Amino acid sequence: MESLSNRKKVLEQAPMNFWERIYLPAIFKGMAITFMHMFKKKETIFYPEVEREFSENWRGMHSLKRDENGRERCTACGLCALSCPAEAITMISAERKKGEEDLYREEKYAAVYEINMLRCIFCGLCEEACPKEAIYLDGPIVPADYLRKDFIYGKDKLVEAPLN
Amino acid sequence: MSLFYFVALLSIFFALMVIFAKNPVHSVLYLIITFFTFTIHYILLNAQFLAVVNFIVYMGAILVLFLHVLMYMNLNNEGSEMKSMLMKVSGLIAGMCLLVTLVGSMKTLAVSDPVNLQDADLGLVKNLGKVLFSEFLLPFEVSSILLLSAMVGAVLLAKKEPKSI
Amino acid sequence: MELAFVIEKFVLITVVFVLTLLVAMYSTLAERKIAGFLQDRVGPNRAGPFGILQPLADGAKMFFKEEIIPTESNRFLFIAGPSLAILTACIGSAVIPWGQKLTFGDYVVDLQVTDINVGILYIFGVVSLGVYGVMIGGWASNNKFSLMGAIRAASQNISYEIPMGLSIIALLMVTGTLSLKEISEQQSGFVNWNIWYQPLGFLIFLICAFAETNRTPFDLPECETELVGGYHTEYSSMKLGFYLFAEYINMFVSSAVMATLYFGGYNFPFMYDLGLSENWITIIGVIMLFAKIFFFIFFFMWVRWTIPRFRYDQLMNLGWKVLIPLAIANIVLTGIVITVKDLL
Repeated sequence: MESLSNRKKVLEQAPMNFWERIYLPAIFKGMAITFMHMFKKKETIFYPEVEREFSENWRGMHSLKRDENGRERCTACGLCALSCPAEAITMISAERKKGEEDLYREEKYAAVYEINMLRCIFCGLCEEACPKEAIYLDGPIVPADYLRKDFIYGKDKLVEAPLN
Repeated sequence: MSLFYFVALLSIFFALMVIFAKNPVHSVLYLIITFFTFTIHYILLNAQFLAVVNFIVYMGAILVLFLHVLMYMNLNNEGSEMKSMLMKVSGLIAGMCLLVTLVGSMKTLAVSDPVNLQDADLGLVKNLGKVLFSEFLLPFEVSSILLLSAMVGAVLLAKKEPKSI
Repeated sequence: MELAFVIEKFVLITVVFVLTLLVAMYSTLAERKIAGFLQDRVGPNRAGPFGILQPLADGAKMFFKEEIIPTESNRFLFIAGPSLAILTACIGSAVIPWGQKLTFGDYVVDLQVTDINVGILYIFGVVSLGVYGVMIGGWASNNKFSLMGAIRAASQNISYEIPMGLSIIALLMVTGTLSLKEISEQQSGFVNWNIWYQPLGFLIFLICAFAETNRTPFDLPECETELVGGYHTEYSSMKLGFYLFAEYINMFVSSAVMATLYFGGYNFPFMYDLGLSENWITIIGVIMLFAKIFFFIFFFMWVRWTIPRFRYDQLMNLGWKVLIPLAIANIVLTGIVITVKDLL
């Protein structure tokens, strides 16, 4: 059929000559290439000692942020849990008592906030959904562990350290 | 001498096991051990070349092929009850005929002294080669032609018939 | 005298056995290191400096793994398979001459366990027995993939034994002896190495050695892409370790055989021109033999990480339609050259 785009190229495969048919020159060429790779620079990064620099939009472990006074920003609105495509986030909200104003910024706060790191796909939708700028995926790689229950991260692991 | 009787006992025992083993693969494995005891016999007779050739050709090649073919066939399920009476009777008659022939031929053979060789070094490669290529040249070449014709026959059998007949 | 002889052979056998296992053990590390280096990585480097304790760690892991014997398998043969594989791999090194004589005062030690006058054929026989370990193990596992692996191993080994034997026949026509010791002695110096007389034979032998040791590009019996794990699909723990270890021992033995048959064994260039004493020549000779062996082991690994696996029909085509005719042509050519040389 006539080519419509005029970009079609017919690849002509010449029959192999003697040296190509005995394959040995090609094998030696390939072996020379692999041998040269022995002296090339190694790409390995020795992980625990050396860490690769993350890119600007890297999404790692979640952290729940505090405001400038050291109060937790999260108001337990549930938008992050709603937006999560993997349904990894659960939370239980509670009302702020008197005298806790320096702990929680809003009148409602998350008493329990859990992310199942085995479910999380690190898409960053919770980050985008959050109206209070409380959750960011700016941590390191989530470490490995032995038990499934240890992958459910609570507030003890997620909330940022206090200011002082 | 006692070593010979021990190894001979082993070869007879494993040869019997070849027949009595229910599973054909086990039969072949016993046959391998039987051939291994034959190799020991050859070594006891100082026939190193024959020992090694028996080792390579029988144990290393022919029985591997036996095992190879047996593995293709699904013989795990017992199908022994399917054999008819006729098969059993004909098998018995054929076996008896073989036994009679064997006994008859044994009787005509003169009893030789199996352990004392006239020439102890006959089994070494050099002497064997010299004898093979001078004294027994004709039978040697004839047997090679026999093998060649067998090979050609096997190839012809394996080759597919051309369709346009 | 009798006791001294027994002790000498016992020590020699022990040393050879330990060396074989040691080389095989570190071949596993070398394989991973070389694989890493050829792919711009560094390979294992955590266990000890440069990872030299890695084989011990691997071995310990293998020993402590759970051992699983499938209920539907044939229990005795299932265990016999790997045992046979490692047994046949180990006995091959008995006839290889590791060096010349060592003289202690008036006691002379021959650095070869035994010099039978059918040495090459013995090695050939042992190699051909090696397939039984694979076949029995694969059949006894009662698994389709294992069985397929076993069948492949059988037909591959049978097919490649023929050109291997034919290439050895051409070599024997040149050397005129079957004893490995005499073959080594004939190749003293550098110009007498058999590789100069039998380059084609060596190439055929090399390819067949790859096939007989089940190394890539001929590792079809354990081809992961088609057969899960091939003949050792059902194996775990140290029984799997034995199979893998047997492969490395086979590699070591076939490297030693190639070095002895074609590359002069313990001979090295100018060995008698340097004015060294006999013991020193022997010691350097042993080191040279091991250098050659290590080069071949490196070559096995180098090829493994360069060339992709063959397809099964390609494997059979190469064996039957290329290597066997080539090997026969090699025999005819060698015969013609020898006859012409005798006439002149």
